[in-house]
Amino acid sequence: MWLFDRDLWLEIFNTLGKNLFRTFLTMLGVIFAMVILMLLLGSANGMSNGFNKIFAGTASNSLFVWSQSTSEPYKGFERGRRINFRLEDAEILKNQIPEIEVLAPRIELGSHRDVVTVYRNGRTSGSSVYGDFPAIDNITKKQLVEGRFINQNDINDDKKICVIGEETFKLLFDKNENAIGANVRINGVFFTVVGIYKPSKNINIDGENAVFIPFTTFQKAYGSGDRMGWMAISVEAGKKVPVIEQKIKKILKAKYDIAPTDERGIGSFDMSEIFNNITAFTTVLKAFSFFIGIFTLLAGVIAISNILLITVKERTKEIGVRRALGATPKVVKRQIVLEAIVLTGFAGLIGFSISVAILGVLDNMFGSGEEFPFQNPMVSIPQFLISFFLMVGLSVLIGLIPANRAIRIKPIDALREE
Amino acid sequence: MGSNSLHVLKGINFSVKEGELVAIMGSSGSGKSTLLNILGMLDELDEGSYTLDGVPIKNLNETKAAQYRNKFLGFIFQSFNLINYKSAAENVALPLYYQKVGRKERHEKAIKYLEQVGLKQWSSHLPSELSGGQKQRVAIARAMAAEPKVLLADEPTGALDSKTSYEVMDLIQKINDAGNTILIVTHEPDIADMCKRIVHLKDGVIVEDKVVEQVRAQQYV
Repeated sequence: MWLFDRDLWLEIFNTLGKNLFRTFLTMLGVIFAMVILMLLLGSANGMSNGFNKIFAGTASNSLFVWSQSTSEPYKGFERGRRINFRLEDAEILKNQIPEIEVLAPRIELGSHRDVVTVYRNGRTSGSSVYGDFPAIDNITKKQLVEGRFINQNDINDDKKICVIGEETFKLLFDKNENAIGANVRINGVFFTVVGIYKPSKNINIDGENAVFIPFTTFQKAYGSGDRMGWMAISVEAGKKVPVIEQKIKKILKAKYDIAPTDERGIGSFDMSEIFNNITAFTTVLKAFSFFIGIFTLLAGVIAISNILLITVKERTKEIGVRRALGATPKVVKRQIVLEAIVLTGFAGLIGFSISVAILGVLDNMFGSGEEFPFQNPMVSIPQFLISFFLMVGLSVLIGLIPANRAIRIKPIDALREE
Repeated sequence: MGSNSLHVLKGINFSVKEGELVAIMGSSGSGKSTLLNILGMLDELDEGSYTLDGVPIKNLNETKAAQYRNKFLGFIFQSFNLINYKSAAENVALPLYYQKVGRKERHEKAIKYLEQVGLKQWSSHLPSELSGGQKQRVAIARAMAAEPKVLLADEPTGALDSKTSYEVMDLIQKINDAGNTILIVTHEPDIADMCKRIVHLKDGVIVEDKVVEQVRAQQYV
């Protein structure tokens, strides 16, 4: 197998090594091209990772539905009627729409975005207070600093426990105080703190300062009966959230006699829309990077081909001698193409190493930032392999130009004495 | 080239037996180089036939021509045509490389032939470190390395002074003495006199073909 022929490679390295400076200059174009391609791809990946970090903990395929007031009269009801969901709606929706994965009902103390005063030892905090089921954690993951979140036992036994945010902790406790096990008072009812969580800076549907208590405890303590304020819903992967959103609204509108055309009776927010926009953005960014990078690479490889063309011209006599000594056109062609491949391959690897180093530095500088979406800007192995083999493939095609030039040299012309 | 055809050789009937040392002479334009190129399969004949060692040489494609050249012929050029970034031994081993001879064997053979031309201790030197006569001797060793049927020399002494020319001719004569067939194109009568047969070409035809008493180059060295 000629691929493992030591002499062949010696021939190639001899030829390339004969003029190291020119070889290096030839490679420079491809090195730069590879660096640019890898940096673009790596940065696009870093940005994508950065967005993923921001949205970590929020189910991408999810939506939120809440009740509002109607804006159209319908079936004898006047406009401006306040709608209140019932807990049974959750079961109805789950039964009628099998695509729903998780449905977590929630109720808020006071009206929406109202704050309730939470007391502890003479200190107060204006917080949003929510009655929740543990399932909410599957849709918006709470980052717990201490303790735990609401669990099924709390629901079953209507435990008077609460999970508070860091902001609430700061207002109610001293810095080093242990909050777990302490009692706080909300609307005259005492709750024991079982967990402290850190709100996400980027996606936050609960407000800055929130307190969570078990849904069942909420019902008993504040006599909310089977009322329900919101539903946090996650949809099976691959199913379109907007479609499910319409189904849910249709069912609820029918149940609560809301005009099908009423845009305001039921509020909703489609989380997947944001994700899709960002995914589309990063995908376009990646594709664009690849596009630019590949063309830069093409330019680099063409430069190699150009230099090889010059080299072939310079080596006319040598090639003629080789032909006279018995080199077949195939052998000559193979040598030139392999020179192109070796040059490109080496240059590509050097460029790759340089870009990995640069990406490492970039990661160190910007990678851990909370605000800027940039994390772990690395090129994936498939991306690298695709780029590398695309580049080598190009070099084969483009190496054929000087190679064909070389085999057109007739030994008789090459050897003609001046 | 190619399209503007010019009849250089106009009817040559010529055969060389094994072991001959033939000088092909003629003024420039007489067709002697064309004849050598055809014999060397570097050029193709339009009409007629050429048989080498019983093999008809006709309608060769480039690959076949290269293989035949490698197997049958050794070339010696006026300007040596050594590859300047390869050592003497590597240059000599090159035809063997194209015969796919193993690396070690190739090197051994190269050293053997360098020894025959008296340059064994120069085997690792680059052509730029050798004198003209030494370069031509390396080229002769290279031509012989593949053990061809015929050595073709195109003005082998054209770039050398007379003393070095006689040294090279002495070497060529010794190689011929060992039984090798050699054709030399030259326009120098003293070089031609050192061969065993002289063929005079003029305007593409053989005007004279005579066997001569060989002048040994040894006496001038």
